[in-house]
Amino acid sequence: MAMKKTGAQGAAPTRRKVLKGLTAAAGGAALSGLLPTPIRYFEARAQSPIKIGFQLHRTGIGAAYGRWYERTSNAAVKMINDAGGIAGRPIELVIEDDGTDPKRGAEVVEKFATEHKVDLVFGTLFSHVVIGSAPTAGQLKMPYFVVSEGHHVASTKLNRYVFQPGITDVRSQVISLAPWIAGNLGKKVTMIFPDFAFGHDHRDYFSDAIQKQGGSIAGLIPIPPTETSFTRYFPQIPADTEVLYHVMVGPGVLTFVKEMGEHFGSKRPQVFGFIDSLEAVDIASPGLEFLEGTYFWEAYPRYAQKDQTPHDKAYRQAVGVDENGAATGDAKDVSTYSHMFGCWETLYVIKHAVEKSGYQSATDKDKKALVEALEAMTAFEEGPEHPQGSKQFNGKLHQAFGQQVISKVEGKRLNAVHRTSIEDGLYEPEGDYTTQPL
Amino acid sequence: MSFGPHLFLALLEGTVAAFVLALTALGLSLVFGVMRVVNVAHGEFFMLGAVLAWAVSSLVPASPALGFLLALIASPLAVGAVALLADRLVLRRLHYAPEATIVATIGLLYILQQLVLTFYGPYARPVAAPISFRVQFPWFGYSGYKLVVIAAAAALLAATWYLLMRTRIGLVMRATQYDRETAQAFGIPVERVYSGIFALGAMLAAVAGVLIVPIQQAHYLMGLDPLLLSFITVIIGGLGSLRGTLVAAFVIGLSDGVISVFFSPTLAKIIATLFVALVLVFRPSGLFGSARA
Repeated sequence: MAMKKTGAQGAAPTRRKVLKGLTAAAGGAALSGLLPTPIRYFEARAQSPIKIGFQLHRTGIGAAYGRWYERTSNAAVKMINDAGGIAGRPIELVIEDDGTDPKRGAEVVEKFATEHKVDLVFGTLFSHVVIGSAPTAGQLKMPYFVVSEGHHVASTKLNRYVFQPGITDVRSQVISLAPWIAGNLGKKVTMIFPDFAFGHDHRDYFSDAIQKQGGSIAGLIPIPPTETSFTRYFPQIPADTEVLYHVMVGPGVLTFVKEMGEHFGSKRPQVFGFIDSLEAVDIASPGLEFLEGTYFWEAYPRYAQKDQTPHDKAYRQAVGVDENGAATGDAKDVSTYSHMFGCWETLYVIKHAVEKSGYQSATDKDKKALVEALEAMTAFEEGPEHPQGSKQFNGKLHQAFGQQVISKVEGKRLNAVHRTSIEDGLYEPEGDYTTQPL
Repeated sequence: MSFGPHLFLALLEGTVAAFVLALTALGLSLVFGVMRVVNVAHGEFFMLGAVLAWAVSSLVPASPALGFLLALIASPLAVGAVALLADRLVLRRLHYAPEATIVATIGLLYILQQLVLTFYGPYARPVAAPISFRVQFPWFGYSGYKLVVIAAAAALLAATWYLLMRTRIGLVMRATQYDRETAQAFGIPVERVYSGIFALGAMLAAVAGVLIVPIQQAHYLMGLDPLLLSFITVIIGGLGSLRGTLVAAFVIGLSDGVISVFFSPTLAKIIATLFVALVLVFRPSGLFGSARA
């Protein structure tokens, strides 16, 4: 440093100057070594926050989710920091936009490791970005916490550094819903889903689950994720369909639901949708009237229900969401309520894992301890840290399992009509991450 | 759904796509035909039209119809002004050299896209249709607004044809396209004609964007598809040939509609691209292009 400085001033460093600088530095180091231990300890802690790299879909097809993931995470970080941080150290969120693009996602993970030198990476939603980024996280031995819903983490096909402790995976969601759908809506189901990993999870696991309930799949209609016009797909829905199962993501969701309404009018089969088809969209938008009387999966009811818990109330207030699931003060800015709670809950899981493992810095030893501390976790209790509800955590799968909600559209709002239990969504594990080397 | 109604729906969807494509591609074709400029930023004018339509219509939240009509006028005018500025500041200074203008319009594409991303944001925002009704056919329902789009686009195409074929401005434009130097020798202000053509081309794309936005929502990346389809259209039709552009827009729009309803939209794009390759191999100047291109 001393040499660089003199160089910049244009003068060649003399031997005396260099020696002087070195002496001063050595003196400083010696002095700090002489300080009483507690002062040094606190000084270090105050100066070194836990750096969390936030891989954010700020632009691209995931931007609406990204906006709310950012707000929720900021609220959780503020809450945690106000209460003393993680093991006394504040959280510092370092945000990088991945453009909802898998290639950029992998670059962002690398940038977090080499440039920002973060302790861990968090926050990815879209499954193709998760799948694109996970190998890089594994190579860099970077703990990588996704809030994605996809089954890819629990499939044990990623690697030992990838975790999904804040939101239930699609496979668990759909198998817990299938009995209710078969029992209440109908058994011949046609599925409309996005044609990439997340949609394929729906296709594979729901098809299987409905057949186990004595039902059958009448038709499968995949839609490219960047599609902007949907009318052309609806004629493929077979006439004998009893239940239309839809799940859609991306900027075209409002168009999708509107065109579905134009196609069917009042003569529609039973419609069961994943709220993904309507996240960040106002149900009272013109053209969505036909949704009245249809059903949606929600992870977490967008509209505050009659039996609202105090935790939900506090969580809404902290994030800035009103009783209808829109931003406080802007009814048009509708949240992605069934997904973003995962950011909040994941940050609390990170807090406890870091504290339990005695993690200090991004060394291989500390990261190993962090991963093992996470894998030893078994359950999260409903409360301020887990407002969506209690969860089981399977350390071998790196995946959390929670309750799901089925809501009905009544009077332009969603009312919960059924809640599944955690047990409804459990399945035989496909593998075990803990057998992989660290 | 049985074959007949299925085909009918496919043709309806194809017709909407064809009319919107005709408007967009006509703008691209005009600019190339007269100025010999390959405008890579053409899709961004489409996107800008849609985004400005959202901005204008949100000024009049009480009445969606009034807001939309206002957008239908104001948005293309604003986009035309942007194009005029781009022509004066960039293209004219490059003396309309073909290679330089390609690079310059690629730059323009990114500038427009990033400006919209910065000031409008990455979200897809809806614009309410001026009239929304549902047409119930015996087999399926259809958006009434899409039928309005067909009518509006047809009227705009007719107006553009009238402008080019029946007015003095159109005559001047066609003269410039036919032979630039002779036109200049006869006192036609070629540079002003160029500016006008570039603005007109951008306005055609913008008005297509305004018409489509109640169906699709405004998003900063929405310019890519119309750009690709417009290029396919003008290459098949023959760069610079307006008649060829219209014919190609209908061939591509309808085949795209039919193939994507019966098979898949991806297959429709594959076939269109294959068709472009065949045209380039066997008839490089396009189906209706003259050999001098």
